[in-house]
Amino acid sequence: MAGRQSSASGGSAKSKRSKTVDTESGKEIVRTLEEFSAPKPADFSKDEELRAYRDMLLIRRFEEKAGQLYGMGFIGGFCHLYIGQEAVVVGMQMAMKDGDQVITGYRDHGHMLATGMEARGVMAELTGRRSGYSKGKGGSMHMFSKEKKFYGGHGIVGAQVPIGTGLAFANRYNDQDSVAITYFGDGAANQGQVYESFNMASLWKLPVIYVIENNRYAMGTSVARASAETDFSHRGLSFKIPGIQIDGMDVRAVKAAGDMAAEHCRSGEGPIILEMMTYRYRGHSMSDPAKYRTRDEVQKMRSESDPIEQVKKRLLENHGMSEDEVKEIDKEVREIVADSADFAQNDPEPDPSELWTDIYADEIPQVAE
Amino acid sequence: MPTEILMPALSPTMEEGTLAKWVKNVGDEVAPGDVIAEIETDKATMEVEAVDEGRIGKILVEAGTEGVKVNAPIAILLGEGESESDIGKSGGDAGGEPKVATKKDDEPVAHSGDQARSAATVTPLEERRVPAEGKTHPDPEDPVGDFAQELPEGTEMVSTTVREALRDAMAEEMRRDQAVFVMGEEVAEYQGAYKITQGLLDEFGARRVVDTPITEHGFAGLGVGAAFGGLRPIVEFMTFNFAMQAIDQIINSAAKTLYMAGGQMGCPIVFRGPNGAAARVAAQHSQDYAAWYSHIPGLKVVQPYSAADAKGLLKSAIRDPNPVIFLENEILYGHSFDVPKLDDWTVPIGKARVHRKGSDVTIVSFGIGMTYAVKAAEELAGQGIDAEVIDLRTIRPMDMQTVLRSVKKTNRCVTVEEGYPQSSVGAHIASEIMVHAFDYLDAPVLKVAGKDVPMPYAANLEKLALPSVKDVIDAVKAVCYRD
Repeated sequence: MAGRQSSASGGSAKSKRSKTVDTESGKEIVRTLEEFSAPKPADFSKDEELRAYRDMLLIRRFEEKAGQLYGMGFIGGFCHLYIGQEAVVVGMQMAMKDGDQVITGYRDHGHMLATGMEARGVMAELTGRRSGYSKGKGGSMHMFSKEKKFYGGHGIVGAQVPIGTGLAFANRYNDQDSVAITYFGDGAANQGQVYESFNMASLWKLPVIYVIENNRYAMGTSVARASAETDFSHRGLSFKIPGIQIDGMDVRAVKAAGDMAAEHCRSGEGPIILEMMTYRYRGHSMSDPAKYRTRDEVQKMRSESDPIEQVKKRLLENHGMSEDEVKEIDKEVREIVADSADFAQNDPEPDPSELWTDIYADEIPQVAE
Repeated sequence: MPTEILMPALSPTMEEGTLAKWVKNVGDEVAPGDVIAEIETDKATMEVEAVDEGRIGKILVEAGTEGVKVNAPIAILLGEGESESDIGKSGGDAGGEPKVATKKDDEPVAHSGDQARSAATVTPLEERRVPAEGKTHPDPEDPVGDFAQELPEGTEMVSTTVREALRDAMAEEMRRDQAVFVMGEEVAEYQGAYKITQGLLDEFGARRVVDTPITEHGFAGLGVGAAFGGLRPIVEFMTFNFAMQAIDQIINSAAKTLYMAGGQMGCPIVFRGPNGAAARVAAQHSQDYAAWYSHIPGLKVVQPYSAADAKGLLKSAIRDPNPVIFLENEILYGHSFDVPKLDDWTVPIGKARVHRKGSDVTIVSFGIGMTYAVKAAEELAGQGIDAEVIDLRTIRPMDMQTVLRSVKKTNRCVTVEEGYPQSSVGAHIASEIMVHAFDYLDAPVLKVAGKDVPMPYAANLEKLALPSVKDVIDAVKAVCYRD
């Protein structure tokens, strides 16, 4: 079925069962799995392109700044940057409705910015300051925003998968139309709890989209060295969960797949897997020996597939924007990021009394008393 | 103003490194994300990327230089319209000391320095005692722990098994709150592996009484997610031995999220099921986890003995805004106790109960340990030793006030539990008594615990591995200096 897809681009999963036609370009949209195929990406309107450009650029600049602040000693511990993968979370976010939930692992700054969490609050959490989203007590890997429906930020590889499935369980229990978007990486895809979750999600037809961000390396281990089945969109087959591979560097392809997947979930058909073929430019964490891949490989992805450059090119060539107009957006984004960095460096550390708060939701004395 | 490019750190512990190579040279234009240099330490290599747009104006540290301090300027970046002649104006001596202090040096202005303690420093006791702002701790004179649960006059008492009491507690809470549901292996159609959920499927239906596959890690995590999503899950483990498969979700996800979220989002959930030795099921199915879970800040740990407490505490646990570990016992399920016939019988979490008043020695126990303690107290009475028996009921937060008040009266204490002796609940109690009632003690605190061995299968060995009434009597006599 490779190279076939629905005639109704962005249409429902159901419609794909009745009608398929050959793809036109097929660029990196890899293949069909059973009756499911990657929807043909629709062209973005200028507004959509602008939103995608701005949101992706904000993540890129924010992450660069975080890397810089890490190097200066303002950010401690682990710091996993999302640079290169921006189209995945931004495209998915463009497909979401109010009330949909997001949960992910520890490479989470991009997800938070995409859900609309404030750059200041995220950056201040990275520097461990009191105005951070978790009052400085969570750090890079553990941030949450109930308001923005962002449920973390999880430091244990794969742990977010059953939790995201539980959010979907709550949606179904409460008869809500919301979908839980559960992100994890190619590394987490080898954790047992992922398959325990797949089984229950499919058994109970839970509205959950499993977004596997395949950035090709789990820390320093390439997919081929860690996975017997390297096609992660196949990983749900034993559980009757359809899966599709998507060009995760093309924000339009991501959005089209997100639209289709959300409709699939909302129509009560249960979970779906979207494998996003993406790439991280930076190391796994800040101290990364960079010995497991070549510089050429990284450079090739940056120069040929960069998700932001793709949108910028279309803005210039198809939407009549000038370099100066694009630079205006760059400037605005840079200001937000500079402001967040400034704020995060000057915000005070948490009050020492905060050591003892938020352990229980009610008044409980601790052992040191 | 020209921007200084600083030597970055690869990790929080890195202080210096080698500037291995310049990828860009003076005069090169750079954009954010461009690799400009490579640095090395003994552990790793890292690329230095440009954060700002501009042109390399000057290289301050030549390639191959070793021992470059973190945050030392390594190059100067010129912005639009700037030239080499602007370099001196970069807000001070560009080649001099870094402006931004590392963690080891002066704290940035905003840091409140006293927080930046090295790991080796022991926090003074006074500081550890700083209570959370706005929190009031129980008054040490608060008599609540001294327990006489007040019942309205003429309250009818109904003989009920622990099994029925637990079922009634869940049913009442499920009637009270639509967000409460129970999930686990065989909880619905089979009516519960130990019949604790008997009848719930009939009353509440499959939406709220959910049979799961055999997938503890998965459904524990799913329960946590459901709690994040606003529900009140009761997750039944067929036994707590199997919760070992789910321990990461219980500890890392359920217990720690409220703290990691700065109080924004917590996890109201009950993990319940039988715990400890049953009969002749050997090592993998016979372990008491009270001490394990009680180690974790963020969890509450409840282990009732009587049916009245089982019911009242389970209802409180379901209403509690925190994750609660509710440890039951298979052998106790069939025991009957009087339970007050009231519309809404609850027992507060964190309060011990004086089961038997006495003056010569304090016996502290919980859960099935109480069966040994109670029988021992009866036999000891016949031998002229008047033991006070305290049922902790909650292991965390532990009601030490009640224990200390009793020990200050009796001057002797014996703890009883089925769990292993090392790092046990009894060990913690002994340590607390030593700190807070040392001068009141007439004898060392003794702990009676399960033997320090995996549970054997053979009947005679199993009996030897568990604590016994005789063990308790012997310990009491020892602390009373009696033969």
